[in-house]
Amino acid sequence: MSDAHVTVLYFAWLRERVGSGEERIELPAGVRTVGTLIEHLIARNPAHAAAFENRQAVRCAVNQDFAGPDAAIGPGDEVAFFPPVTGG
Amino acid sequence: MSTIRVQEAAFDTGAEIARLTEGRPDIGGIGCFVGVVRASKADPIAALTLEHYPAMTEPALARIAAEATSRWHLLGCTLIHRVGRLLPGEPIVLVLAAAAHREPALEATAFLIDWLKTKAPFWKKETLAGGAETWVDARDSDDAAAARWG
Repeated sequence: MSDAHVTVLYFAWLRERVGSGEERIELPAGVRTVGTLIEHLIARNPAHAAAFENRQAVRCAVNQDFAGPDAAIGPGDEVAFFPPVTGG
Repeated sequence: MSTIRVQEAAFDTGAEIARLTEGRPDIGGIGCFVGVVRASKADPIAALTLEHYPAMTEPALARIAAEATSRWHLLGCTLIHRVGRLLPGEPIVLVLAAAAHREPALEATAFLIDWLKTKAPFWKKETLAGGAETWVDARDSDDAAAARWG
């Protein structure tokens, strides 16, 4: 059994468009960054394609730290996608 | 030295100031900011619902508090942020910064709310008087306010 999975979390309108707040994704060969993970998610599901339609409006955190599209990801990581924050 | 909390319940600003200053005669001033749900004719908000990223929120707030403490030599600070459904007039966020003198206390308070608004993982959804719901967009003016602190 492969354990090359990441946990992917979605918040705010990304969660609503994806239709789920959390999923486990098996990392295919070649998916080793946030940007390539987004491409993988878009390719496998139209709801994800809609959620990531405007890439400029999506922010990311890897293991609870803000991260850009070039950030590395690997098995066991927690990758979260969300809109720009609006607290306070 | 820092108090960091994310909670659904309301907070008591007076009690939080008392907790911050208890046994600390070296504190000479406390800066305070309370954010409140605002509604107006132009913005007929019936409610705000605040969502957050639980595993990330408190560490992010702690980093912001540590940055302020180091820059202004704070003697204590408090960040309390509410989540869930809030009505107009209800407090959302409390920022307290205690220092020996007023200038660092007031500057650190402004810094803390500016950074919190752009670096802590909270999202607001507005419910309008008619029932329509929309996610609040981030504002460029908030990014500019955070950027002025470098």
